[in-house]
Amino acid sequence: MTKTNGSKKSNSDLLGHYTEMRRVRTFEDRVGELYLRGASAGSMLHLSIGEESAAVGVCSAMRDGDTFTTHHRGHGIFLARGADPNRMMSEIGGKATGYCRGKGGSMHIADMSLGHLGANAIVGGGIPAVVGAALVAKRRKTGAVSIAFFGDGAMQQGVLYESMNMAALWDLPAVFVCINNQWGMGTRIDQATKSTKLHERAQVFGLNAETVDGHDVLDVVEAANRIVDGARAGTPGFLAIDCYRFYGHGRKDKSPYRSEEEEAEGRAKDPVKFSRKMLEKNGVSEEELDALDAKIGAEMDATIDFTIKSEEPALNTMFRDVFAPGQPEPEPVITRIDRVLAKE
Amino acid sequence: MATEILMPALSPTMEIGTLAKWLVKEGDTVSSGDILAEIETDKATMEFEAADEGIIGRIVIPEGTEGVKVNAVIAVLVEDGEAIPEITTQAPAEQAPQGAAEAATPPPGAPQVPGPARAQPDTTPDWPEGTPMKAQTVREALRDAMAEEMRADETVYLMGEEVAEYQGAYKISQGMLDEFGPKRVIDTPITEHGFTGIAVGSAYAGLKPIVEFMTFNFAVQALDQIINSAAKTLYMSGGQMGAPMVFRGANGAAARVGAQHSQCYAAWYMQVPGLKVAMPYCASDARGLLKTAIRDPNPVIFLENEILYGRSFEVPDIDDYTVPFGKARIWREGADVTIVSFGIGMQYALEAADKLAKDGISAEVLDLRTLRPMDTDAILRSVKKTNRCVTVEEGWPQGSVGGYISSVIMQEAFDYLDAPVINCTGKDVPMPYAANLEKLALVTTDEVVAAVKQVTYR
Repeated sequence: MTKTNGSKKSNSDLLGHYTEMRRVRTFEDRVGELYLRGASAGSMLHLSIGEESAAVGVCSAMRDGDTFTTHHRGHGIFLARGADPNRMMSEIGGKATGYCRGKGGSMHIADMSLGHLGANAIVGGGIPAVVGAALVAKRRKTGAVSIAFFGDGAMQQGVLYESMNMAALWDLPAVFVCINNQWGMGTRIDQATKSTKLHERAQVFGLNAETVDGHDVLDVVEAANRIVDGARAGTPGFLAIDCYRFYGHGRKDKSPYRSEEEEAEGRAKDPVKFSRKMLEKNGVSEEELDALDAKIGAEMDATIDFTIKSEEPALNTMFRDVFAPGQPEPEPVITRIDRVLAKE
Repeated sequence: MATEILMPALSPTMEIGTLAKWLVKEGDTVSSGDILAEIETDKATMEFEAADEGIIGRIVIPEGTEGVKVNAVIAVLVEDGEAIPEITTQAPAEQAPQGAAEAATPPPGAPQVPGPARAQPDTTPDWPEGTPMKAQTVREALRDAMAEEMRADETVYLMGEEVAEYQGAYKISQGMLDEFGPKRVIDTPITEHGFTGIAVGSAYAGLKPIVEFMTFNFAVQALDQIINSAAKTLYMSGGQMGAPMVFRGANGAAARVGAQHSQCYAAWYMQVPGLKVAMPYCASDARGLLKTAIRDPNPVIFLENEILYGRSFEVPDIDDYTVPFGKARIWREGADVTIVSFGIGMQYALEAADKLAKDGISAEVLDLRTLRPMDTDAILRSVKKTNRCVTVEEGWPQGSVGGYISSVIMQEAFDYLDAPVINCTGKDVPMPYAANLEKLALVTTDEVVAAVKQVTYR
């Protein structure tokens, strides 16, 4: 476990991280609200509440040109990387104004302009793509790193080990970030694996690897910078960030499989609250922070209005992007048969 | 030497036709390729060409004669100056094409290309008349089937993600951990390729695993073990060891979960020799087919549907109720068109049949229940009655189940068709996420209605 005693950066850094984490938290709250309002949100929404320090901490170590993939619980990561919350929310709402024009949804948001190579809804599915992107970065000498974000559930997928092995073998600027929220759906990490010191698995492949407690975002920032810088210099890295999934697997899951005591303990390690307390301790006034929170609240409220007011994708876009442009669109079978019969 | 000109067959199954028109007369000189006559069946008209050169010595069957048997002598070709032999005119066949119904045999000399093994025809009722019925959801039916088989056979066990403590991601295994304990209801990590292979190995070694995939979208990670190991090992080992097991879980689109969670894999698995494939629609079939699947000595792909899990159906109140594989179910008898479907496609098929009935179109609705073995006899029987067929499925159009059905009908009931077979399928796109596009991408009842109207020329 990495501790960063005494080496905290300035208050303004912390305020910046707090702001980003609060934005993630508030955005996810509004996603839940969009769902409750029945405003066309998907039926499977995985919220990252409790994991904000992982998203914000790692993204703070990223530079322009870096690329990344996320898992099914990736809203917060993309937001922390600079996503437009309106376009994110409207994608979740299945609207034409969304990042993927309403075709991807909550689990498949992608945006090439910010280096987001896609959220992947198959556990572990997005991991090898970053090794591919890192291969390109190395070959073209762009100086970019590529980062895979995934949950502890993916730690048991074979493709992670295939990917880490090749990243190390070829000295690629790739980083594997496991956001360990302790729960893979209804299975706690210690029920899914005997070896819960996750970074040790990466070490055996030759990666720089650490585990960091996500309670304090500054710890995550430091660890992420070490790992990401190492990757940029040619040694791939692995970072496990311990945190807690505050709510169920999906919006509808009430987590009957875990105790209230456990949940209380897990939620007590709230990275957003912790940072706020630290700021207060360092002299930032409660009023100032309340005002900041209110401003973020208004920003995220607006995403719901934006989503509700946005148009659904036009029906004639359905066949678009199945293939690259220039391919003929499929003809409905009945039209085709009409045409054939008319010829006779 | 005189050559007999025989009544041609326009198709492998044609037995009789009408000699509509002679385009030559006795005494004409013809050469190879000249058109001699027009031949008609109730489906088509074809021009009939001379194969040899010579002089039309005699026209045996006059034009306008109906019911001329295939291979009957219709004319005689002679060489210049040759005597014309006497030919007895054959009486036209008296009956309509009854005999053609059994004519599945290919013409002599045609290459024998065997398709997949067929189901033996079985038209017995699924349960005796007067059996008491009760309401049950598909979810409960699946659970009961597994629990009953696990009580009866201690080698049967259930394995998968969240099947034990969580009681199943979709609560199919509710109560099973309590009854059978963690030795037989086993939670796995999220590691599909691994646990599927482990299950296959345990089947080689004598157990009968039921592998639950949270959804069949995740089974793609395990496809190697399913196809290369489970499906092929009995064959590769020369019959020494196989994989008696069931792979089951939710298949196809749920609602608003995007492209990676919304694919129907029916046609994919149906293609594989060594796998059996069941895809029930209603609760009684879910129970009866799953019990049969667990007892089957082969690997069985058992495709369920998230949307159907909570739906209630009338089921027969019978202990140990099973449904054999390869036996389609006729949900509705009809005369004008055959609608063939399976799984959730049945919902659209049945709704369409209701709507069509209001327009005076009588649709026969067939639920295949298993795709391999497939009850093609039931399809052919029905199509020979209705002369029209529409298939309905959620999967993609190219390489679809309906495409296969169409080929079987074309090969074995071509002469019975009064219209092309139409395959109603999901649209040729990954499932879009937006609600309006998702609705458009799925097959709909209205499309089935439109297809039926198309093939019935209404």
